[in-house]
Amino acid sequence: MGKTRVALFITCLADQFLPHVGECFVKILQRLDVEVTFNPAQTCCGQPAFNTGFRDEARSVATRVLDLFDDADYIVSPSGSCTSMVRVFYPELFAGDLARLRQCAQLRSRFFEFSEFLVNVLKIEDVGASFRHRVTYHDSCHLLRELGVGEAPRKLLRKVRGIDLIELGDNQLCCGFGGTFSVKFPEVSVPMGQDKVRAASQTGAEYLVAADGGCLMHLSGLIHREGLPLKTLHLAEVLAQQEKL
Amino acid sequence: MDDTGVHSNDIHWSASQTLGDARLVEAYRASTTRLLAHRTQAIGEVPGFERLRDRAREVKRETIEHLDYYLAQFADNVARHGGQVHWASTAEEVCNIVMNIARRAGVREVVKAKSMLGEEVELNQALEGAGIRPVESDLGEFIIQLAGDRPAHIVAPAIHKTREDVSELFVAHLRAERTVVPEELTAIARRALREDFQKAGMGVSGANFAVAETGTLVLVENEGNIRMCTTVPRLHVALVGIEKLVPRLADLGVFLRLLGRSATGQTLTTYTSLLTGPRRSGEDGPEELHVVMVDNGRTAALADAKMREMLYCIRCGACLNTCPVYRKIGGHAYGWVYSGPIGALVTPALMGIRQARELPFASSLCGACREVCPVRINIPDLLLHLRGEAQIHAPVEAASLLSERHMFRLWAWAMRHPRLYTLGTRLARWGQFLLARRGWIRKIPVFPASQWTKGRDFPALAPQAFRDRWKQLRRE
Repeated sequence: MGKTRVALFITCLADQFLPHVGECFVKILQRLDVEVTFNPAQTCCGQPAFNTGFRDEARSVATRVLDLFDDADYIVSPSGSCTSMVRVFYPELFAGDLARLRQCAQLRSRFFEFSEFLVNVLKIEDVGASFRHRVTYHDSCHLLRELGVGEAPRKLLRKVRGIDLIELGDNQLCCGFGGTFSVKFPEVSVPMGQDKVRAASQTGAEYLVAADGGCLMHLSGLIHREGLPLKTLHLAEVLAQQEKL
Repeated sequence: MDDTGVHSNDIHWSASQTLGDARLVEAYRASTTRLLAHRTQAIGEVPGFERLRDRAREVKRETIEHLDYYLAQFADNVARHGGQVHWASTAEEVCNIVMNIARRAGVREVVKAKSMLGEEVELNQALEGAGIRPVESDLGEFIIQLAGDRPAHIVAPAIHKTREDVSELFVAHLRAERTVVPEELTAIARRALREDFQKAGMGVSGANFAVAETGTLVLVENEGNIRMCTTVPRLHVALVGIEKLVPRLADLGVFLRLLGRSATGQTLTTYTSLLTGPRRSGEDGPEELHVVMVDNGRTAALADAKMREMLYCIRCGACLNTCPVYRKIGGHAYGWVYSGPIGALVTPALMGIRQARELPFASSLCGACREVCPVRINIPDLLLHLRGEAQIHAPVEAASLLSERHMFRLWAWAMRHPRLYTLGTRLARWGQFLLARRGWIRKIPVFPASQWTKGRDFPALAPQAFRDRWKQLRRE
């Protein structure tokens, strides 16, 4: 049978802004005896163009993704947004193109978000992590509502040694990032994010954790602007933490 | 505030008006939170709630897919029971039909039950223009009529008014005693309206549902004003959007169990009226019943296989109450009669995307609306569809050197060529050198990125991208 092989879909945001998330992703999977490959020809899933209504441009970028990952066993991504773009929206983008739809179906059956891959595919909840801090978790909208992933991140976090996991008030309320919404409607995006940051502060948590780079950039940007002591981390960054001996 | 026409493209300005008013911000926050909590409580009491939603969606799908058949059946049955059916293609036709009925009968005053459709076609303005006085009898509509305002919510038109606001209005317009007790405020309105019910020659209502099988209009309410409007005056005119149809009386068992709970958390509203034809001899009720079936853009949505789903809506308002954007910017920001997620669909669909091109973008696509919709309309999906339409039929003019389309063409080109992508990000790292302090950028001078730094800092690109780090990781 051999080792499980995972092709990493790093996402454009993590690649450029949160590379440490990618490193943690690799570290965790290697710890679980999973082989990780990375195709440097990858760039983006096409969602920014799709969400802005430019379907042709989105399709041209998405087509590359279909071709690049034709032969991987599993493709795993540290982002619910990108994963839902591939699993939920690619079929719509390629509607009417049978050959491409076949590729979509193939890709979708192997494409997973990081936490759902660990829990639902590898059937692992304890990744050997240790993080002795109070943490609260924000549910990213695409991950929660498009992919239905809400329990997996919590199962993983609960198994982290020493963690004090406290539920965030209104954890399912959108943080206000919404991709290009963050720059098209900043007058709404910012107050929405401020509500989320306030709720996180109220839990007394040191760390606000989420599984999507977009949410994290938006929330950390707000926290930094306001000079708050709250810190943000990607789920992978928490799970990669181990006891310092 | 101008209370006619579509002002959806002014959303940025209107939203800022609301966001800058602390009282409005709190009014919206408090009322939507309350309505949501009531809904959660009410649906918790129904085992099989999810199956009800499935069934409701299925019935609506069946109805909309065969709307021509059910409309014909409904019209026949209304006529069979002595009602008169009129067909209106446009808002103007609706108003002309109603005014003709009123003029023929010498009507000088009309009592109105709450009808979003009436607002949509601007019936009040038309009646006033013809010298006929319309009086809103629904408390929420009564309040906004006194305030010269537009509805701010589909179910609770005066949701943005506090008790203090209402009291001010009643003192100013009705010379009433100052009070903030809700029961006393309602009593003041009741007294003011009592006479109008008696005087009015015509009552105008909408309809929550129209049953094809029996020709029955179904109306739900809490105040009793709909009962008064539809039974006391000699004439009753009902404005019915063609999408309001349900096939059978038995289908009400599904929809009535969903509507009250989804809207206000009520098991059933205080009154549910099933009206079939005008009065028979020896009964109370109107001598004449006129049912105006209204298109006003609905058949265009019907013809569009994607947008057709929008017509399933039963106007419960749950999507508004749950939408984090609506809860912040309120109803007026959407610029027309229908606000919130459903408004962002209905306004461009009925009035044309050019009149409301900003609305589909006024959403973070979080999907909370779809979760609470009783008929499971895939609102985010329809919003994405409209975004595509907006970029084709109503593109924005370039706000900077490049138009949005050109920016994305360039972006797509870079994304298709990893070396260009790498070059671009390398250039960005040099560029940010001047702007970034300790990994953060306080202000980006270039539009549209400048919109980010209006309220938050922007994280600088990491010194080394993951793909460059990977090369090192592999060696380790």
